Amino acid sequence: MNKMIKIDGVEVPFEEGQTIMDAALAAGIYIPHLCHKPGLSPHGSCKLCTVDVNGRSVSACTMPAAKGQDVENNTPAINEVRKSITQMLFVEGNHLCPSCEKSGDCTLQAVAYHLDMLDGHYPQFYPRREIDASHPSLVIDRDRCIMCELCVRASREVDGKDVFAISGRGTNCHLIVNSPTGKLGDSDIELDDLAAHICPVGAILIRDEGYQVPIGRRTFDLHSIAETDLGEVKLSKTEHHDEADASGDKEGGVYGV
Amino acid sequence: MSQLQHNREHLLHLLHAHQREHGFISDEAIVVIAKRLELPRAQVESVAEFYSFFSRTPHGKFDILFSNCTSCGDRSLMQRLCLLLHVEQGVMRDDGRASISETSCIGMCDHGASALINDRPMTGIDEHRIEAMTELIEAEVVVDEWPSEWFEVNDNVRCAGLLLSESFESGAALKMVTVEGVEPALEKIKHSELRGRGGAGFNTAQKWQFCREAVGDAHYVICNADEGEPGTFKDRVLLRSHADAIFEGMTLCARVIGAKQGFIYLRGEYRYLLEHLESRLEARRNRGLLGNRVLGVEGFDFDIGIVMGAGAYISGEESALIESMEQKPGHPRIRPPFPVTHGYLGQPTVVNNVETLAAAAMIVTHDDHWFNGVGTEQSHGTKLLSVSGDCTRPGIYEHPFGISIRQLLDQCGAEDVQAVQVGGPAGRLVHPSHFDHQIAFEDVATGGSFMIYNHSRDLLVVILNFTRFFRHESCGFCTPCRVGTTLLNNGMEKICAGHGTVHDLDEMKRTALIVNRRSHCGLGVTAPNAIIDGLKYFPELFEAKLLSRDMEPEFDLDASLAEARRLSNRDDAEAHL
Repeated sequence: MNKMIKIDGVEVPFEEGQTIMDAALAAGIYIPHLCHKPGLSPHGSCKLCTVDVNGRSVSACTMPAAKGQDVENNTPAINEVRKSITQMLFVEGNHLCPSCEKSGDCTLQAVAYHLDMLDGHYPQFYPRREIDASHPSLVIDRDRCIMCELCVRASREVDGKDVFAISGRGTNCHLIVNSPTGKLGDSDIELDDLAAHICPVGAILIRDEGYQVPIGRRTFDLHSIAETDLGEVKLSKTEHHDEADASGDKEGGVYGV
Repeated sequence: MSQLQHNREHLLHLLHAHQREHGFISDEAIVVIAKRLELPRAQVESVAEFYSFFSRTPHGKFDILFSNCTSCGDRSLMQRLCLLLHVEQGVMRDDGRASISETSCIGMCDHGASALINDRPMTGIDEHRIEAMTELIEAEVVVDEWPSEWFEVNDNVRCAGLLLSESFESGAALKMVTVEGVEPALEKIKHSELRGRGGAGFNTAQKWQFCREAVGDAHYVICNADEGEPGTFKDRVLLRSHADAIFEGMTLCARVIGAKQGFIYLRGEYRYLLEHLESRLEARRNRGLLGNRVLGVEGFDFDIGIVMGAGAYISGEESALIESMEQKPGHPRIRPPFPVTHGYLGQPTVVNNVETLAAAAMIVTHDDHWFNGVGTEQSHGTKLLSVSGDCTRPGIYEHPFGISIRQLLDQCGAEDVQAVQVGGPAGRLVHPSHFDHQIAFEDVATGGSFMIYNHSRDLLVVILNFTRFFRHESCGFCTPCRVGTTLLNNGMEKICAGHGTVHDLDEMKRTALIVNRRSHCGLGVTAPNAIIDGLKYFPELFEAKLLSRDMEPEFDLDASLAEARRLSNRDDAEAHL
């Protein structure tokens, strides 16, 4: 007999070792997330996947699924909290969607649309963050970094390297590069590395791919972030979907928030 | 690796030594240290930038950190010294002589205004002292030659109970456990219903039992001496005057769980105790109470090393503490798994508070009712309370659980009390109408901090101080705490500056709830407590500061024109908005 948990009243099977997020995604249920990526070790830092389990707040991506869990996920109250957390991420950095190359392919932007976020709500922090343009084919624009550490984990766990880390404390946290000079150009990252492609926002960009796919034909122009089988589609911009039905499931608009 | 080698070669220790010698951690130093320890360069950089006692910009020969705690801090004294020495806060003087900055509570709350000077705590600072210090610094007199009474730290035990009134006989608990066996000792601790003294109150026997049963290549016991909660200083007293009981508790735990190695994680602020602790450890080794074959028992091998923290409140969280011991930034881990099964180096680990370990050692050497004969139904035994703030007798009060806040206030000579912060900034702000509540896990819980504020204090400034503290100490791992603690601090700054509106209060309440409910660890969960309690029990203080308008811009338009006025030499009415 399958073990079951309940997500918003729906019985969802799980296997030993799965988290609530694993079980939900396998069942086609979307739980908003930014720092999570199947295949990488769960992190639990962005807190977008916050859910209430039997009244207690937990991160779906790190909490092991267990019998008797009654999970509240897609409720107005929790989505309101998620919207606030998304707004926190926006005001903490310098996210200028209309001028960002990642617009339309950006998971942060897509989550914001999904949660009906219309403004930053909180006062902007306007931090000063450094750009690293030392690499011939990659750029780090820290203004857009959301400290999700996907690149850190991808480099470590998939690429077998250790190119990135987060340094600093509190709102001074920032992405650093593990090279003798601290510059990306002096690191051993290669264009084929997952770490070079995994950034959910526009903090790590591939130079040669700038604006290859026109705005309006990008991942989240054509797909909803809530499509749980999107993993294969998004973040692989070279194989874009110009042939796909443009009138498909759309969320949000062309321009950023 | 030998104990001594381990100590010297720890990343935190190398960085500290470098900081002391060179005044900062340069890019080159990071490369050299990374190479020496065979660690990724980025790991060394992230550690150097995480702990506040390391700096990436030069500090002066006299490096002075004033506590900014509401009990042992005095901002005006710091500003006075800055003025006299012509130093800008946080910036080294051009000649490299001095740098002055502030730091979170240094645990000297019963000693008046205090500061760390090249790692040494200086207590009882006043105006005269600031002037005398200025002269010594200008004359370049080394700190070792300054008047020794300036560095006096006393225990100030005002009321001794079960733990503090007895002198502990070294080795007594170990003899008991080696003669009678582990089971009776564990049974005694179980029977005592001892709960963790750090504040969370987890059952100690249960923790030891879980760790004992957990499978691993090695087991570890760690003494959490990262006493970072502002207003707490009881561990300082235990470490100085009851170190043997603590070590004995650790050794006892080691015997129960099967550990061969233990560690004390000592907060950087208590570095002045390091030499003392090392000598106590050495004395125990000489007496056969540590090392190979403890008390001559075959297979009972155990030793204790000391790891020094470097200014990070979050390292008091047990999984962050373990990360710190593993030479990483102190980010709390995902739980589960818990340290009892996956702790230090991924192995089963017990992390206990200083007071818990001392109590455990003493429980084993007494009869069954000694400990749980006092206290309340759910909180047995006594608790060491660090009393500070507006009272005539600040210090350590050891009382059975169940003592009321009012009783304690009467005993320590507090009058005209406006509020008490129990449990530090992470605890509760208690209104006088609640002074009959009891100190107990089931009522008002505390790791020991008890800070008193009389009516001469502006309580909003106290709450503002706490929000600054959490903003500074948030590790930055999760979004709600990283961003939320800054939002809450900004909100309090705005209200205290007289620019707040009803809208701002509503916003703070909303943000407080998110930070409290959605954060990754206890720091975020408790960070908004003072704001939540303040708004609930002292709403009139907030309301009195509010503007009658619905909305006020985030910044002060008129104030932002100050520089323009200065440059144009104008200050007439037309130059103001």
